[in-house]
Parts: sequence; C-alpha cells; structure tokens
Amino acid sequence: MRALPLIGRLERYIVPILVIAGWEAFSRSGALPAALLPAPSTVVWAWADWIFAINGSTQTYSGNWIFDTLASLMRVLAGFGIAAALGVLLGVAIGWSRLVEIVIEPTLQALRPIPPVSWIPLAIIWFGIANKPAIFLVFLGAFFPILLNTIHGVKTCDRNLIRAGAMVGGGNHELLRFIVVPAALPSIFAGLRIGIGSAWMLTVTAEMVAVKSGLGYVLWDSYYFLRYDLVLAAMASIGMLGFLSDLVIRAIMARVLHWQRNTTIQGEED
Amino acid sequence: MATIEISHLSKRFHDRKRNAEVVALDDINLTVAKNELLCLLGPSGCGKSTLLDIIAGFAKPTAGSVTVDGRPVTGPGSDRGVVFQQANLMPWLPVWENVAFHLKLRGGQKGERRAIAQRYIDMVGLTGFENHYPSELSGGMNQRVGIARALLMNPQVILMDEPFGALDEQTRMDMQNELVRIWQEHRGTIVFVTHGIDEALTLGTAVAVMSARPGRIRELIRLDLPRPRDITSPQFNELKRHVLDLLRAKRADALSA
Repeated sequence: MRALPLIGRLERYIVPILVIAGWEAFSRSGALPAALLPAPSTVVWAWADWIFAINGSTQTYSGNWIFDTLASLMRVLAGFGIAAALGVLLGVAIGWSRLVEIVIEPTLQALRPIPPVSWIPLAIIWFGIANKPAIFLVFLGAFFPILLNTIHGVKTCDRNLIRAGAMVGGGNHELLRFIVVPAALPSIFAGLRIGIGSAWMLTVTAEMVAVKSGLGYVLWDSYYFLRYDLVLAAMASIGMLGFLSDLVIRAIMARVLHWQRNTTIQGEED
Repeated sequence: MATIEISHLSKRFHDRKRNAEVVALDDINLTVAKNELLCLLGPSGCGKSTLLDIIAGFAKPTAGSVTVDGRPVTGPGSDRGVVFQQANLMPWLPVWENVAFHLKLRGGQKGERRAIAQRYIDMVGLTGFENHYPSELSGGMNQRVGIARALLMNPQVILMDEPFGALDEQTRMDMQNELVRIWQEHRGTIVFVTHGIDEALTLGTAVAVMSARPGRIRELIRLDLPRPRDITSPQFNELKRHVLDLLRAKRADALSA
C-alpha cells in the first residue's frame, strides 16, 4: 500500500481521541459515582504516581511501577523463552519425523484442550506461591501455539525445495537445517506472536491468584481496595507491554523474513 | 565410454482411484555417451519426466537399472545436477547463495563460496544480480540461477526437465542458445526432457522420441546438423517431418487400439 498522506495519518487518531474525550465527559457528568468509573485524567495521575512517585496518591505502590513491571516481564520472558525453545524444537521433530509424531503428538494433543488456567491449583501445589507457578502457566499458554505453528510450517515445506536440496547433495540433517527450518520460519513467527499474547494473559492471571507481585497482582489488589483508577492504570500498563513485546517480535521477524518483502501482501506494509 | 546406461528399465504405478496398473515406462534401453546432449522428446504423459526422475534418483524403477559412470543410481546425489521445470530456488537466499547452495551444505567458507558462485553467475549471464532474491527476478533469470546451481557442482551429468517450458518464445530461444554455448564451452553430458520438437532438434546431439502408454522409446535419432542450427533449413524441416510422422503414427495407433 502506498504511504498515507498527512491527513490519513491523523485519521487514525480520531477514534481514540473521541473515545477518551467521551469517557472523560461521561465520568465528570456524575451519572456514575466517580470512584466506579475514574476519568482518564484521574487514571493518568494515579499512573504517574505509580511510576514516578509524584504525590504518593497510590500509597504503597507509589514509585513501584518499574519493579512490578520487571517482575511480570521476567515471568513472561522466562515462560515464553522455555515455550519457544521447546515448542520450536519439538515442532520441528514432530513435523519432520513420522516416528516422533506417532510417539509424542497424541499425548500433546490430549493435553492441549485443557485451558492453561485450569492448571493453577496443581501449579500452586507443585511450585508454591512464587515465580515458578506463573512461569509454568506462561509456558503452557505459549507452548501450544508455537508448537502447532511450527509443525504446520515444517509439514507445508515445499517438497520441490527438498528435492533440490537432495539434488545438491544434502543429507537429512542438512535438508532440515538449510531448507525445512528456514521454510518454516514464517509459520514459527506466527506461533511466537500468538504465544507472546497468551504469555501476557497468563502472567496476569497467575499474578492475580498465585503470586504476590507484578502488574496482575497490583491490578487485583487495587480492586480489593476500590482503587479503580489504579486498576485501569494496571490494565493500560499490561496492554502497553503486550503491544511492545509483539512489536519486538515483529521487528525481529521483519529482519529475519526480509526476503518476503516482495512476495507477500504483508510485505507491502512498509 | 558411456556415461549413462539404462537397461531393461520399467516403471509401473498403481492408480488407486481407477484401481489399475499404469505402465509409465516399459523396457527402456538407452545409452548416453559422454559429452552428449540427449533430448527426450514425447507428448505429456509418455513418462519422459519419470525417466529423468529415475536417473536423478528421485524415483525408483520397478525393474531394470540405471548406472552413471558405472555406478548404479540409488538416490539423488551431487554427481547428477538437476534443473527443474520450476526453478525451485530457496526464496530466502539471494542469487549467489542459491548458486552456491551445494557449498553451503558442505560447510564452505563464505568468502570462498561467494567467489566460486561468481564464476557461475557470470557464466549464465547474471552478473550484477548476485544479491537479488528469486522473487525479484523474472522466470528466465530464475532458470539461469537453477542452471548455475547445477553447473557449480561440476556434475557428471546434468538432467533438465523441461526447464524452459514456462518461458515465453523469445526468452526460450535465448536460453536455448545460451545452453548450447555453455555446453560447447564446458563440455558435459546433458539429458534434456522436452515436448517441443523444435527445441529437441535445436539442442540435441541425439533425440530419443518416446511414445505414451506404455512409455517406450520409439526411435533414437542421431543429429549431425551444423550449429548454430537453422530451424528454417530444409534438413531441419525434413527431420521435423520425420519426428512428426513418428508422433502422429503413435497417436493413430493409440486411437485405433
């Protein structure tokens, strides 16, 4: 698509501005008690204090945002990292080898429909109230989309490319490394993007139930103390971090898959 | 000295949908000498691509054997370079990496791979396109990359499966001239599958005319026309008429059978 003219660039801000302005007006109108639906301005003040400790309005959380964020981020990175490593490795093995597929896949497919959150009780019993159950849940949530997309990517690798590789003298090991895996990368990245979304979802869920730190914990704790401005600030923080982590994956993807620029609709974006 | 020796080779498929045996190739005997450019000519479905696949090692014969330089073919290998109908290049690699793919699999140094690739890129006339991706090139240019990739392995034989089939007339003629030039300069044994009579008679030192169902070699025609070949010369037309008669006779057989 061609670059949007300036007016087109402004168009994208119209809806968000209208939503926020309408929300602000509605909150100030007094139709609902102000505490139940804090105005965006109130949320921004609470958020600012949570981050920079400007006026102490968020009490024990004042100035703690960076620590809460790092705690959540660390869990996401750990769980997602393990899921990515294991998901890609197992996915390639299952996609490539009929034997591995027969031996492992049915078990994984049986486990997959169990929602990750339903593992929370067991995760707490096994790992206690700390980082580990959260990392375990994040892993479960990110693992399956990465696994399935990797399997799909490997299985849909063009047979003719493998023929070409065999023709230039490639054995199984070389074909896998130099043809099948590169060919599967677009699918693998699709899995990673879905996985990182699940990872944030499950970190927050785990922190509400099984951990005493992180953005999810702040969110749930503020709910008990009727601090809905902080609840909204926590929601916004989680959304922002989710968006940023997806952005990072997309940036890596754009570098790794730069060869797709001329072949796909997606490539036309930039 | 024979380079490729095919003896009593048959290939049968089982067509599950019709629940019938299909004889794709029936008792093929063929010898391709060193430095020969043999064209396998026949209508679609005559088994010429199957025969090429068997020589390449992608398919196994039901009976009979193929040897290349005395060694029986058991699977694909870099002693037989293949140029496919579609170029089959790795879309994630630039031209030079595709050309040097053989060296990449063998773990060569990047600088060395790049230098060797350059020789073959120049040879097929793609100088200046080293860093382009396949999607940035035309079909004809991609086929040149495919040819360079096969040449770089310095194989005993090069097997070409209708490599110019998807190209327009003009580009095809350019590529045919180019192929003859490369073959004359560098010598080598080529088996070239085609359904184009003009193409076969333009390129080959010999043409094996095949018939369909069952796939058989109808006649092996030795060509001693001078090069570059004039497709409008009387000798060329005479040969063409002969080949057309062979193909027509087969059709008549097939229809009356």
